[in-house]
Amino acid sequence: MTVRVKVIDKPEQTLMEKSYVPEIAKGLGKTMQRFFQNTFGSQESKRTATVRYPEQQREYPERFRGIHRLTHRADGSPRCVACLCCSTACPAQCIYIEPAEYEPDDPRYGYERYPAVFVIDELRCIFCGYCVEACPCDAIRMDTGMHMPPSTEREHFMYDKETLMSIPGKDGTYQSANPRHEPGDPTHPGLDREQGH
Amino acid sequence: MDLTVLLVSTIAKIVFVLAVTVGVFAPLLIWAERRQSAMIQDRVGPSRAGVRIGGKNITLIGLLHPLADALKMIWKEDFVPPNADRFLHAIAPMLTVATAIAVFAVIPFADTLWLGHGGDYLIDLGRGRMCWKPELGASCAQAYGQGTAIPLQIANLNVGILYVFAIAGTGVIGAALGGYASDNKYSLLGGLRAASQMVSYEVVLGLTLVGSFMIYDTLQLDQMVRWQQEHVWGVFVQPVAFFMYMFAAIAETKRVPFDLPEGESEIVGGYLTEYSGFKFGMFFMSEFVEIIALSAIAATIFFGGWHLPFLTEHGFELAGTMFHLPHGVVVGIQILAFLLKVVVFIWLQLMIRWTLPRFRYDQVMSLCWKILLPLSLINIMVTGIIVLMVG
Repeated sequence: MTVRVKVIDKPEQTLMEKSYVPEIAKGLGKTMQRFFQNTFGSQESKRTATVRYPEQQREYPERFRGIHRLTHRADGSPRCVACLCCSTACPAQCIYIEPAEYEPDDPRYGYERYPAVFVIDELRCIFCGYCVEACPCDAIRMDTGMHMPPSTEREHFMYDKETLMSIPGKDGTYQSANPRHEPGDPTHPGLDREQGH
Repeated sequence: MDLTVLLVSTIAKIVFVLAVTVGVFAPLLIWAERRQSAMIQDRVGPSRAGVRIGGKNITLIGLLHPLADALKMIWKEDFVPPNADRFLHAIAPMLTVATAIAVFAVIPFADTLWLGHGGDYLIDLGRGRMCWKPELGASCAQAYGQGTAIPLQIANLNVGILYVFAIAGTGVIGAALGGYASDNKYSLLGGLRAASQMVSYEVVLGLTLVGSFMIYDTLQLDQMVRWQQEHVWGVFVQPVAFFMYMFAAIAETKRVPFDLPEGESEIVGGYLTEYSGFKFGMFFMSEFVEIIALSAIAATIFFGGWHLPFLTEHGFELAGTMFHLPHGVVVGIQILAFLLKVVVFIWLQLMIRWTLPRFRYDQVMSLCWKILLPLSLINIMVTGIIVLMVG
């Protein structure tokens, strides 16, 4: 088998191009144009692509994944039912949940559980958003638009239930836009432990 | 002249030159290099270094970065390789920076300053004490003795520009010694490259200016400026030499597109590889001081030094009307004009630095020996013929 070599001719250069001087002038013209445009030009004509970060911040995209929050029910308790879907889905295994049963006289007793302990290790979190996708109750969301506040203490990044519930969403509310239908509400589809499926 | 006046004025001039070059221009140049490249490349540029005053971070559009740089370099560890020649390793950056600064000794930054006299009648052409205004006649020579003349130039050497070449040539030793003393093969190769490049371009740098000496008929830089004041700026009589000078000057400062002594892919940091701390800082600073020095020489020889069009000894003269200015103000304007020209040349050099990609080493050498050297010789010949023909 012969090796096929494709010969590519060098592009022809005119004498002016070979002397480089006009080409250098052209290049200089280009950089100078950009320099003056970006230095003395009007705000609209500037093409500067970067910003002065801490003082000047870019708006994040609408679906930016910030730190987590636990959404509230109307009565202020967490919507979380401690199903462990999020901690199961989490690839970084940063969510720790201890589920607990409601008191026997609670209407939710035997119907759903609540998280007695809900801790997210924000340092382990990779902000993939799988927990939000996995949650069947819209109880965990990453729509806060916030970064983790910096700290030198490792413990400060272990966000417990109270911390997670104290973080509002981007719109400032603690609820979720998706309505929750409690047993007894007229909008409740009527499936609960007593009525059966 | 009084010895005290001589001493005080000389020390004042040295302090002025040091303050302008090392104190103001070199840090500004570090800032300008970063900021200008940012502007060319559609970036914001450095703006982080700041002083916190009353909870507000004052950054002054990044102007404090050179200060932060200097602080960093002073406090960094000054590492010397175990087998290096400690003495030569230490003396190389000093040589480089000292020679770079020493060039300013002969550069005039304004016309002669006259003390103890209004200065309105006094014009010293240096040669033969001529009078600018013939109607003053004999009184001119009389007045000449009255005031104290302070040439605004540290040393008015009669070899002038040759001193510049001699000092610039000594700068090669710093680079070569740094490469030799570091006990590192990359340093040695970088030092060799720096030495051969600088020696080659020094030849061109000298020869491009020979045409100018022939026209100006002097080697003293202040006399060259006076010739341009009387006739026309040097760039109009020696345009080709000016372009070649710019090429050679950039090559002489070892910056992009001629930054062959350094190369991450081939020889790491060149002769700078084993330098850290303030020794590196000195090399770094000498590079910027060299840019300023070569810009100052370009401004002096090709763009009339302190001379501004329409500015005479007595004030501005525009279309027959005179705006009289005191002598001190005229000298001040001349200093500003000279510094402005230097700034323009520095800006141009930075512009070139951020426009062109670097050459290959053999291209640098062939550009020097095969193109620039013959061209500068032809330039000398043509200039000689014209000078002979014109008289």
